[in-house]
Amino acid sequence: MGQGRIHPARTLNFDLDQLLRMTCNKPPLMAAPAAMTLDLLPIGHPARIVAVDWASLAEEEALRLQALGLDEGAKVSVAYRGIFAGRDPIALTVGRMTVALRRAHARAMRVEPISA
Amino acid sequence: MTAPRSAALVGNPNAGKSALFNALTGARQKIANYPGVTVERKAGRLMLPGGGALELTDLPGSYGLNATSPDEEVTRRVILGELPGEPAPEVLVVVLDAANLEQHLVFAQEVIALGRPTVVALNMVDLAERDGLVIDPLALEQALGVPVVPTVAVRRRGLAELTAAIASATDRESDPHLAHVTLTERRVTAHAIAEAAIVSETARHRLHAKLDRLFLHPWLGPLILFGLLFVVFQAVFAGATPFADALEGGIGALTDLARAHIPPSLARDLLTEGVLSGVGSVVVFLPQIVILFFFILVMEASGYMARAAFLMDRLMAGVGLSGRSFIPLLSSFACAIPGIMATRSITDPKDRLTTILIAPLMTCSARLPVYAVIIAAFIPNRPVLPGIGLQGLVLLGLYVFGIVAAMLVALVLRRSVTKGAASGFIMELPKYQMPRLGDLLLGLWQRAWIFLRRAGTIIFMVTVVLWILLNFPRAGEGENQVDASIAGKIANGLAVVVEPIGFNRDIALSLIPAMAAREVAVSSLATSYAVGADDEEAQAQQLGERLKADWSLPTALAFLAWFVFAPQCMSTIAVTRRETNGWKWPGFMLLYLFALAYLFAGLTYWTAVWLGLG
Repeated sequence: MGQGRIHPARTLNFDLDQLLRMTCNKPPLMAAPAAMTLDLLPIGHPARIVAVDWASLAEEEALRLQALGLDEGAKVSVAYRGIFAGRDPIALTVGRMTVALRRAHARAMRVEPISA
Repeated sequence: MTAPRSAALVGNPNAGKSALFNALTGARQKIANYPGVTVERKAGRLMLPGGGALELTDLPGSYGLNATSPDEEVTRRVILGELPGEPAPEVLVVVLDAANLEQHLVFAQEVIALGRPTVVALNMVDLAERDGLVIDPLALEQALGVPVVPTVAVRRRGLAELTAAIASATDRESDPHLAHVTLTERRVTAHAIAEAAIVSETARHRLHAKLDRLFLHPWLGPLILFGLLFVVFQAVFAGATPFADALEGGIGALTDLARAHIPPSLARDLLTEGVLSGVGSVVVFLPQIVILFFFILVMEASGYMARAAFLMDRLMAGVGLSGRSFIPLLSSFACAIPGIMATRSITDPKDRLTTILIAPLMTCSARLPVYAVIIAAFIPNRPVLPGIGLQGLVLLGLYVFGIVAAMLVALVLRRSVTKGAASGFIMELPKYQMPRLGDLLLGLWQRAWIFLRRAGTIIFMVTVVLWILLNFPRAGEGENQVDASIAGKIANGLAVVVEPIGFNRDIALSLIPAMAAREVAVSSLATSYAVGADDEEAQAQQLGERLKADWSLPTALAFLAWFVFAPQCMSTIAVTRRETNGWKWPGFMLLYLFALAYLFAGLTYWTAVWLGLG
């Protein structure tokens, strides 16, 4: 995902979020689909992990992700992205921690956006 | 009640365990490896208030008893008393980062559930307060059922209280139910305990977010990283020179002293030409290594290292490695020894092994004198483009050649001998922290000591063996000592092997002492060509002229290509043996480097001859 696409998305979502907070609590359907994989989550948008495809990850990776609190139900947001091709890896904010992981790991996690 | 005799610090990575360990034990530390693995065992003496002392170990940081790396495996086995020769510590000291309470309570519960005498150190409470977190230790104590002591390791706060709590820690009933709690349940409990213990919580770490916004910025981040690396290398190469010169002078003075006070004999020659010059040629790298490690330790302690790994991960992923390999490989440009020592921060064993194996391909500073002499003698000093000379271009080409070769080798290794599911790149980016000078100095001293101890043992032995090879049997009247020696005979044999790639016997001979340190090849060639000059520059100049007369251009180019792989550095082999715990991998490294050196020197020679450069 190119850098150019992230910043406009952020401003767009920000407006939508405000709009939605005024109307109802449903996640913004237009800006972000109800469920998507974590690697597609735009920077700065809080989301909840709803499902993880553990089978697609190596056992060690799965254990490590769980140990860092990346599991179903965890609240996360993308804080930073890498600088090279595909903007890989991704730095996530999980609670008070910042955790780095690769896009391949993030792709195994389905998230649903939540309002901050 | 008798005081416990042993205790261990356990906790998540980045809980501040090492700082607490240093604060509790001071400089009285013993560092070794756990048997059979290359996981560092750090132990020290903790003085108890009653007058006695106990052995305190600093266990590798771990996220749980469910091991995902060799480090965590050691922690698990030590805690459970399953490691042969390593009795389970009597008291477990769980170290929690107060600012990351909820996360760290997950592992803490697992340890406490074992029912062993346990004390909790609520560490870095000052940083938590700076982040707007106030925690009630008593509430935590009630929830966990074990003593909780707030500490600030770097300010030595709470140390006496913690020591007293360790000394009086007692057995508890282990709750059989607790042993079967799942990770999810523990996480829910951790959340509840943290929620109850946190008195007040305001805006979360602003400073860290600010620093990260700078250091992880899409284009400022890499710019800062490369700027920093430039400073590091400038310091390593320029800053170390006066110290290295002083060391060299000191070794020279010792040699003169020995010559003046010991009557001429073989024993004196062994001391001066063998031990002092051989060990000396390795010890002169100490300043570079110390400066390099100073920066590495600062980057590690401040939390920047993880950001550098984050920035470089994608690049390293291309050849099957992760961002964690970046700094060790970079360090290898100064010297492969600190580079290989720095691979300990790579958690994945396959990643680590691959990084160790390709580290010698990074052009270390010891190769520069060799490159300098050959390039000055054989490559015409003419500009290719304005401001860019051919000589500089060739030197750059040799560096790039080494990097490209390393990447290709990594790619091949990752698909063959070090194949396996990589743990990818999953790591916590720790909070930024001001490194404490005392911890830095202690770390520096420990690295320097490891290096010096090796220089005193294996490198000492190798230089003595080399000296014997070069000096026995003794030459008769009118015979050259080198020609008569065992090394000379070996060189004769070696010459037959290296002849197809354009090497003459003198080169073959220079490769033997170059095993001690690569740049010794230059002084060895100088000896062979009987070049004698007082200072190094004049010697290099004279040697260059002699080589120009004696060697063909294809031979010189092949020699350069050989040194890109330069497999003959014994110190690298020795440190690889230590870091991989056996002879298998250093043996493999030696073999593949020799094969590539031979192949590429040959290819260079044959191509150059075919092009009519000879």
